[in-house]
Amino acid sequence: MAYVPLADRDHEMEMHHPHSWVTKYVWSQDHKVIAVQYGSIAVFTGVVGLVLSLLFRMQLGFPDTANFVDPNFYYQAVTMHGMIMVIYLLTALFLGGFGNYLVPLMCGARDMVFPFMNMLSVWVFLLSVIILMASFFVGGGPTGAGWTLYPPQTTLAGTPGHDLGIILMLASLAVFIVAFTMGGLNYVVTVLQYRCRGMTMMRLPLSIWGIFVATVLGLFAFPALLVAAVMMLFDTILGTSFFMPAIIEAGTPLDYDGGSPILFQHLFWFFGHPEVYIVALPAFGLVSDVLSCHARKNIFGYRMMVWAIIAIGGLSFIVWAHHMYVSGMNPYFGFFFATTTLIIAVPTALKVYNWVLTLWEGDIRLNAPMYFAIGFIFTFIHGGLTGLFLGNVVIDLPLSDTYFVVAHFHMVMGVSPILVVFAAIYHWYPKMSGRMYHEGMAKLHFWLTFLGAYAIYLPMHYLGFLGVPRRYYALGTTDFIPQSAQDLNATITVAALIVGISQILFFINIIWSLRNGEKADPNPWGAASLEWQTPDTPPAHGNWGDKLPTVYRWAYDYSVPGAHEDFIPQNTPESEEPTVQEEHFDPDQDKSLADI
Amino acid sequence: MSFFKTITSKPWERKGVIGGLRPEGAFNVPAEKVALVFFLVVATVVFSLFTISYFIRMELPDWQPLTEPSQLWLNTGLLVISSVLFQWARNISGDDSQRNLLSAFFGAGVFAILFIVGQWLTWQNLQSGGYYMSSNPANAFYYLMTGVHALHLLGGLWVWSKSAIRLISGADAKDVRLSIELCTLYWHFLLIVWLVLFAILSNT
Repeated sequence: MAYVPLADRDHEMEMHHPHSWVTKYVWSQDHKVIAVQYGSIAVFTGVVGLVLSLLFRMQLGFPDTANFVDPNFYYQAVTMHGMIMVIYLLTALFLGGFGNYLVPLMCGARDMVFPFMNMLSVWVFLLSVIILMASFFVGGGPTGAGWTLYPPQTTLAGTPGHDLGIILMLASLAVFIVAFTMGGLNYVVTVLQYRCRGMTMMRLPLSIWGIFVATVLGLFAFPALLVAAVMMLFDTILGTSFFMPAIIEAGTPLDYDGGSPILFQHLFWFFGHPEVYIVALPAFGLVSDVLSCHARKNIFGYRMMVWAIIAIGGLSFIVWAHHMYVSGMNPYFGFFFATTTLIIAVPTALKVYNWVLTLWEGDIRLNAPMYFAIGFIFTFIHGGLTGLFLGNVVIDLPLSDTYFVVAHFHMVMGVSPILVVFAAIYHWYPKMSGRMYHEGMAKLHFWLTFLGAYAIYLPMHYLGFLGVPRRYYALGTTDFIPQSAQDLNATITVAALIVGISQILFFINIIWSLRNGEKADPNPWGAASLEWQTPDTPPAHGNWGDKLPTVYRWAYDYSVPGAHEDFIPQNTPESEEPTVQEEHFDPDQDKSLADI
Repeated sequence: MSFFKTITSKPWERKGVIGGLRPEGAFNVPAEKVALVFFLVVATVVFSLFTISYFIRMELPDWQPLTEPSQLWLNTGLLVISSVLFQWARNISGDDSQRNLLSAFFGAGVFAILFIVGQWLTWQNLQSGGYYMSSNPANAFYYLMTGVHALHLLGGLWVWSKSAIRLISGADAKDVRLSIELCTLYWHFLLIVWLVLFAILSNT
């Protein structure tokens, strides 16, 4: 079939117009509605993950006072917290939520390229969440094997949820991967094929670059999790021995023989490490756009930022075994992975420098999104630096099973992406809802979250140095752990409770503002990228009215010398650039008059 | 699209419309084809990881190689015929004559179904011969890898059946041309995957 470009297929998009409330808000094929559906399901699941973390923090901070947290529930809560936050919250929110909302708008398309598959993606995602949540209600409860689900203990009787819990978890992951693949193909093909006229790849905002490369990573990395999950399901249900070694359970030898648990670890982390960047790259992209817009400066080193995103994406596939140093490996193998891990710090550091240099001498506007974006730079630097420690085999070995690792990964892929999520939600809220959020409440939310996060994770580094082991339900009496460590744990729990409860501010703000917020200007931040130039706010179905936009410039024309306003939108032709001459305003002439 | 030319351009220097009068995709092919190629890469990753796991697991001492049933040669023949028929359907889909197109496209699907039936029969034979899934990892991998391949083929048959219904109900060949082309590409891919799997399974 001959290639038919978008302009000639424009009429086909009309077919998806909704005709009833159900097709508009439930079975919707509009990428913006799907984005909100994806986001809402992800955030709901995330709240469950947050509550679970507060429950097991109660046990850690105040042992044996929260009686309902028994050892089994503790491990179940830790496991579900980890899996929910990494996959069902962050991956789904960044790619399913922000990806869906921003990709067509920033590319200048009417919708995703396959709207029906997009709709299917969100409903299959919901199915995966339902399967996951069902494990709370089955006999034995959810799996308590730790979010890495390492065999053999996953399927042994000592582990909570070793029968139905683990089966539901693996099934849910497999269903999630199907949902992600359907969505992911949409994001990638839309970015490649459905950009509007004049929108070259290098004119795309960095948000799209981040989402695009992260989606490609996801498409290539999730299969490893799928393969591991399917093989483990076979081990659990059908009695095969892919991963299960010969083992004795409570004095009885099991039927398993000869499987390789390390093989599972390789498969899991071949997915697991790119997963870190599946979460981080969209965050990098979104925060770049927020920083540039609110600093009224073009992003520093745009090309370098794009190259760094691609380089990080490529490198993320050859560092996975740094999660497995403690499993024992050939020293040369460890050396290789330590080296690649440290190399990945180069493009990452480049990005950090470029963010800071974007702020340098910018006309910084300290709005709530900017608070969160700058907060992200702090937390990301802290999390990134501890990553350099842990990337080295000799330092990782003693620290690996301590709270140092918990502190590191929460700073780098917990707190940092979440700060970007808030920055992005506050930044795009006026476009999505047509209303402004409450600025004061948002800033209060920032300070409680930002300072609270530090109050939680900074002390954890010290606990790690002390050698306090992670994953333990109770520490008991141990000579090398002083009482002060317990006091620190109690402090951390109090901080966690405050941070957890303060998120209510965020929900109140965005829900209250939907009706009562000040009516938003179509482009309240004076942003240059395409999504702010839609004819309607919030954008109507089809996004662009009768005619698709044409793009004449990149997305970062801020503080352009000689321009009338301090930004020029991407769809402003060169011939229509408003200049100071047109306004009969000459600063030099005025200056000379003032001198007289 | 030259990748290096693209990522080395300086977007801040060049203003104005770049490109022609219409929006241009990165690749000069329909979006559906780009999506399929991406999906094929994803599927390649899946099969590669199964294969790598197979080789790693094979090194462990409890491995007892499975003698693959000779019926697999027949099944392979069926899949080859299916792929050839798809190619034929694709080649004549631009012609005006519908007659050969229907037989070729229909026959292609039927041979694929026969392949799946053949695979299922080999499973039955292995089961009755006492080669159970849990008795040895080599058996388990055989069932797993052939099963995943058959599942991919079933997914393809679903698309094939939709296109076949459109063809029978008198849709113009030009409207289903893209479907035929994509089915052909997918079938060739699955044939190559099968040949690789078959070679690995029977040589180890």
